[in-house]
Amino acid sequence: MMRHLISAADLTRDDAVLILDTAEEMARVADRPIKKLPTLRGRTVVNLFFEDSTRTRISFEAAEKRLSADVINFTAKGSSVSKGESLKDTAQTLEAMGVDAVVIRHGASGAPYTLANSGWIDAAVINAGDGTHQHPTQALLDAFTMRRRLVGRDTGLGQDLAGKRVTIVGDILHSRVARSNVDLLHTLGADVTLVAPPTLVPVGVEQWPCEVSYDLDRVLPKSDAVMMLRVQRERMNAAFFPTEREYSRRYGLDGERMARMPEHAIVMHPGPMVRGMEITAEVADSDRCTVVEQVANGVSIRMAVLYLLLGGNEPAVTHTRPTTERPAHTVLSDEEK
Amino acid sequence: MSKILIRGAQVLGGEPQDVLIDGETIAEVGTGLSAEGATVVEADGKVLLPGLVDLHTHLREPGREDSETVLTGTRAAASGGYTSVFAMANTFPVADTAGVVEQVYRLGKESGYCDVQPIGAVTVGLEGKKLAELGAMHESAAGVTVFSDDGKCVDDAVIMRRALEYVKAFGGVVAQHAQEPRLTEGAQMNEGIVSAELGLGGWPAVAEESIIARDVLLAEHVGSRVHICHLSTAGSVEIVRWAKSRGIDVTAEVTPHHLLLTDELVRSYNPVYKVNPPLRTERDVMALREALADGTIDIVATDHAPHPHEDKDCEWGAAAMGMVGLETALSVVQHTMVDTGLLTWAGVADRMAHTPARIGQADGHGRPVSAGEPANLTLVDPAYRGPVDPAGFASRSRNTPYEGRELPGRVTHTWLRGRATLVDGKLQ
Repeated sequence: MMRHLISAADLTRDDAVLILDTAEEMARVADRPIKKLPTLRGRTVVNLFFEDSTRTRISFEAAEKRLSADVINFTAKGSSVSKGESLKDTAQTLEAMGVDAVVIRHGASGAPYTLANSGWIDAAVINAGDGTHQHPTQALLDAFTMRRRLVGRDTGLGQDLAGKRVTIVGDILHSRVARSNVDLLHTLGADVTLVAPPTLVPVGVEQWPCEVSYDLDRVLPKSDAVMMLRVQRERMNAAFFPTEREYSRRYGLDGERMARMPEHAIVMHPGPMVRGMEITAEVADSDRCTVVEQVANGVSIRMAVLYLLLGGNEPAVTHTRPTTERPAHTVLSDEEK
Repeated sequence: MSKILIRGAQVLGGEPQDVLIDGETIAEVGTGLSAEGATVVEADGKVLLPGLVDLHTHLREPGREDSETVLTGTRAAASGGYTSVFAMANTFPVADTAGVVEQVYRLGKESGYCDVQPIGAVTVGLEGKKLAELGAMHESAAGVTVFSDDGKCVDDAVIMRRALEYVKAFGGVVAQHAQEPRLTEGAQMNEGIVSAELGLGGWPAVAEESIIARDVLLAEHVGSRVHICHLSTAGSVEIVRWAKSRGIDVTAEVTPHHLLLTDELVRSYNPVYKVNPPLRTERDVMALREALADGTIDIVATDHAPHPHEDKDCEWGAAAMGMVGLETALSVVQHTMVDTGLLTWAGVADRMAHTPARIGQADGHGRPVSAGEPANLTLVDPAYRGPVDPAGFASRSRNTPYEGRELPGRVTHTWLRGRATLVDGKLQ
């Protein structure tokens, strides 16, 4: 396992499957009355958020706390950063306080890479979203959600997503979620199709390991999972598309379109959803929509990543073979073994 | 001033000859010249060129003396074999008045390391709205003949047309930084395969090419000459080639870094590779080399752009654009053009001295190496090989993309009107 998690493209198939399998173990913790493991007791994790993102920060925080880490939350607003402090000085200040891992969200693409490779700090770096570059834990939680729904919770263990057809719809150009998902899903053997108006597909996409289509209706019947991305209304003012209504008509997912998907196919969304824009309430609230599951799975995935990056090689959760749902697992941390 | 005998130098890469400097002038060129009364410089295996001329340098003074001053910048120039540099106008305050250009000109005179010819801004404050007093800058002590808003594009077609027309009155030239501003909002690197992966805002080739196409047509229409700064794409080469074939009076420059580096380097997110125009693709690099060889691109200009360490020791998005170049330019040109067989040393003299001096009207520079000419000379050891060590730079800044890279060639001596500014690689 690597020391940092910067890009989904850095993960091998075996790395990714290990994270997904570990996340399944972590998910069992969430089913218990006491949702806590002592694995990261005495370790300090800082959530370094230069961009507002309540959802991702809370998810990481929940994961860290369930692993018993000491958590420091640092948001740029009102901090020394807003007074002009550099990323380097902020990072070194935190490291001087004895931080073991830095979870970073930054508006500049590549900031986590620079933090991990510049020699500024020794701590493990986890990318919680950088600019329009990568958001690897989002891709992992999406893959986890797909594996559970399309392969099975138990039968999925050790498995990848070979042959699954995934369609990603929306603002590909500005989306770190799309980039991460294309990389990871390709590694896991899935076939990815991107659907967007041509204005929202990056120049250079032809080198990505996926297909590109401008026609949602033709792709839907051949999809096992359809991931809708948020489209910011501001994009309209930059002439990426004429009006919200036209965007919705051509690229939004409503009940009628959802009916064209195969029976088993799921609808995904990384949130926050803009209801009425890329997705209608009917679809968002349907059983096929996994948006709430994705949030829950996000905590499990982030626990798995933190554990694998910081916890060493010992099992986080030991248990007798999971033949039933009995919460009879013995939990041992590194120190206890 | 005493006599200097440069013995056995390959003048412009030709057969070994002796060159005798007497005072400020080349007294004699021949074989077996007498060394009597002269300091002898043994130049076995070395190439003697006219002192190099850089049409595109950022000296940063006034305003950003933390990154470079006229003194440190001209010392860097002498180290790199230059005897004349043209100082870009994007200082603080902007060089858009006779007062500022005269200040820079005076600082250059005082430095004594190389001649400094200030470039005047085309528009007030580089804002692209209102013509600066071009005539006053021309008539000032600085005698400005090159005008540029470099760093920004003169994007308003009417302002560009007027500037092209206006400077004809005194034989000036407008040097355009070709960058369509709307197409490059938020641009961080070349738009293409790499930018798509890295999620960095794209700077498309068409943003450069469309301005060049417009400007060569404007130049043709009003019968003016136009110079294109730091041309960086294969498409731009095609447009300039077409314009020249039509007889349009256009000249163009390429930077050393665009002859060698590509956008693949940006994958490191190391801001030392952040520059404007951005590093392009391998295909562009090859087209630029070919165009420099066949004369479509007229000259090499460094776009030496010093920045303090903190402006590069940060995440990509926050970093400043630009690279220092004066002290590595000749090595990069040897590596990419001479050692590849694309250009002879005589060709290098043309692209880095004769033609830039002609475009910028740098009197006394870029002259032939022959008796009676001003002794502006540079001596190069082309056999040298070694890694670039920024710690040894004379520039105040260290933002070179070549740190640790092995490059051929080393400037050992530079003479400015007979005075040695660099001897055995040491500034005097």
